[in-house]
Amino acid sequence: MDAILLIDFGSTYTKLTAVDIESEEILATAKDLTTVNTDIMIGFNKAYEKLMKNIGEREVNFVKKLACSSAAGGLKMVAIGLVPELTAEAAKRAALGAGARILGVYSYELNKHEIEEIKSKKPDIILLAGGTDGGNKDCIIHNAKLLAEHIKDVPIVVAGNKNANDEIEEIFNNAGLFYKITENVMPKLNTINVEPAREVIRSIFMQKIVEAKGMKNAENFINGILMPTPAAVLKAAKILADGSDKEEGIGELVIVDIGGATTDVHSIAKGDPSKPGVTLRGLQEPYAKRTVEGDLGMRVSAVSLFEASGTRRIKKFAPNTPYDVEERCKFLQQNVNIIPRTEEEYEFDEALGMVATEIAMERHVGTVESVYTPMGIIYSQVGKDLLNVKYLIGTGGVLVHSRNPEKILKAGLFSMESPNYLKPTNPVILVDKTYILSAMGLLAEEYPDMAVRIMKKYIVRA
Amino acid sequence: MQNGKTVVIGVIGADCHAVGNKIIEHALKEEGFNVVNIGVLSPQEDFINAAIETNADAILVSSLYGHGEIDCRGFREKCNEAGLKDIILYVGGNLVVGKQDWKEVEKRFLDMGFNRAYPPGTDIKLSIKDLKKDLGLEE
Ligand code: B12
Repeated sequence: MDAILLIDFGSTYTKLTAVDIESEEILATAKDLTTVNTDIMIGFNKAYEKLMKNIGEREVNFVKKLACSSAAGGLKMVAIGLVPELTAEAAKRAALGAGARILGVYSYELNKHEIEEIKSKKPDIILLAGGTDGGNKDCIIHNAKLLAEHIKDVPIVVAGNKNANDEIEEIFNNAGLFYKITENVMPKLNTINVEPAREVIRSIFMQKIVEAKGMKNAENFINGILMPTPAAVLKAAKILADGSDKEEGIGELVIVDIGGATTDVHSIAKGDPSKPGVTLRGLQEPYAKRTVEGDLGMRVSAVSLFEASGTRRIKKFAPNTPYDVEERCKFLQQNVNIIPRTEEEYEFDEALGMVATEIAMERHVGTVESVYTPMGIIYSQVGKDLLNVKYLIGTGGVLVHSRNPEKILKAGLFSMESPNYLKPTNPVILVDKTYILSAMGLLAEEYPDMAVRIMKKYIVRA
Repeated sequence: MQNGKTVVIGVIGADCHAVGNKIIEHALKEEGFNVVNIGVLSPQEDFINAAIETNADAILVSSLYGHGEIDCRGFREKCNEAGLKDIILYVGGNLVVGKQDWKEVEKRFLDMGFNRAYPPGTDIKLSIKDLKKDLGLEE
């Protein structure tokens, strides 16, 4: 039987998914620890053996083997722009959408201290923006010069004022840097254009980063490590919402992924005001938007989750918990492999998941502010209005293994307690039970119609 | 024909009068300006950030609802702070409430650091003439 092998070299686990092309079924999944420090193929082979065992007697012929990766720290990036709320923010959003982990966002003209800081953070790629097309070019040129002078070995993606490109090209050529120039992330004021930068980041990831992270030998066996894992999830989300050439999508959606270290939110939605009389302000939001909350996680980031929320907010979801909330969070952070067993432990983990969802959604969605005038109230909106999004989907270990994913996800819904956050009001709640989203993002690269059909089949009501 | 100059326009504060803003955009475009319109309900910071990114030559602030004085206070200082040292600042609309002596009102806005202030009912064409003069496009 002809099948496709989809591989996610995760930070902890290497996860394999085998898809039967004929029946469009998931044949089997398997995982084992990622072994990027020795040889990435050791962990892969172990997982592969398990996979073959799970597949059983049937003869399979893998016609395609596609991979994504967040191993070895994932794709680490620094974003540089001019004004923090404008091109620096646009650059950050472009990098996040490319599946990067953001090590830092810098704005205005960099100084030597900041350059040293960037260097010490050891980014895989630097995204350099600044100025609208025809706008300010002094800043981006200043920053290009400093980068050329002090940072020699990091690939740079230039996505700023097009009028500065010739000069930057000269500066980088003279310094012998590896760089690529693409379209401006903010060509006009408040207009965002993140896709070209995302594509270039991805091509550099495939071309250079995979090798730099010691994963080149994986490519002897597989057809390619195509993108960072979060980019695969975003890709899956987008094609599930929009559909493919032959398959209709399910419409606007939000995906929440609660992990041990971070909570990611992806939204595929326009986000225009859903109510009349609302004025939209500020930088436009990407249609496919990803945010990552590095301080909201169930284990590695349990203490920062506590700091971001506090006892009362966590207790709102677990009023009778016997634990001292702060102590329990510290304990979980020190014992990251703890799996809940007792009723109390389940309840506490659920409460953490709910708080993480609630806060991550607050940070992801747009807000509306009321302006009081003698004529009555008028409203101004910043960010995406997700009130009418049709689906809210949960993925990631915590939700997939939870006994009550729907309850956790509901913490991310619109609430009259904080009505200025434009969160989904009444979406259908689904769960990625078989944990296939990143695999489907990969599959969509080659078989988009099939990817949509499989997701519709396997991502089910909570 | 583009004249090579960029102007940021918008309506400051909690002011939602949108019609004049659109007319100003149209009039400036007709005269060849690159217009960056940040629209209504705009705080000072939005004007300034827009001017930085777009390398603007001038900012035209509108205030129609009578709170112009409060909303415009500290604008020039913030521009200086942001490195927009010599940017041209105009303000116009219905700057204050009620019938006050225009000379008085104008002086208050000039003291705040605006290069020019315009009374209600000003023909925008005249202001654009001033702007071209101030930017060295016309005698
Ligand atoms: C339509 C209107 C509204 C509509 C606005 C709809 C919208 N979204 O645009 C609504 C009903 C929402 C409204 C609300 C209010 N309004 Co009203 N509104 C008007 C009205 C009738 C017309 C405004 C208009 O569109 N004019 C046409 C445009 C083309 O002219 P313009 O806005 O003046 O702009 C021109 C010039 O001023 C100039 N200009 C403007 N800015 C600048 C800047 C520079 C640098 C330069 C050179 C020139 C310049 O060029 C523009 C183009 O020619 C005026 C009265 C009037 N006839 O002017 C009152 C008026 C502006 N409103 C007024 C008030 C008080 C209010 C309210 C506070 C409550 C109320 N009493 O209605 C609220 C405020 C809401 C808010 N938070 O902003 C007062 C302001 C009083 C003052 N400043 O002393 C006015 C003057 C009516 C009055 N005489 O009482 N309003």
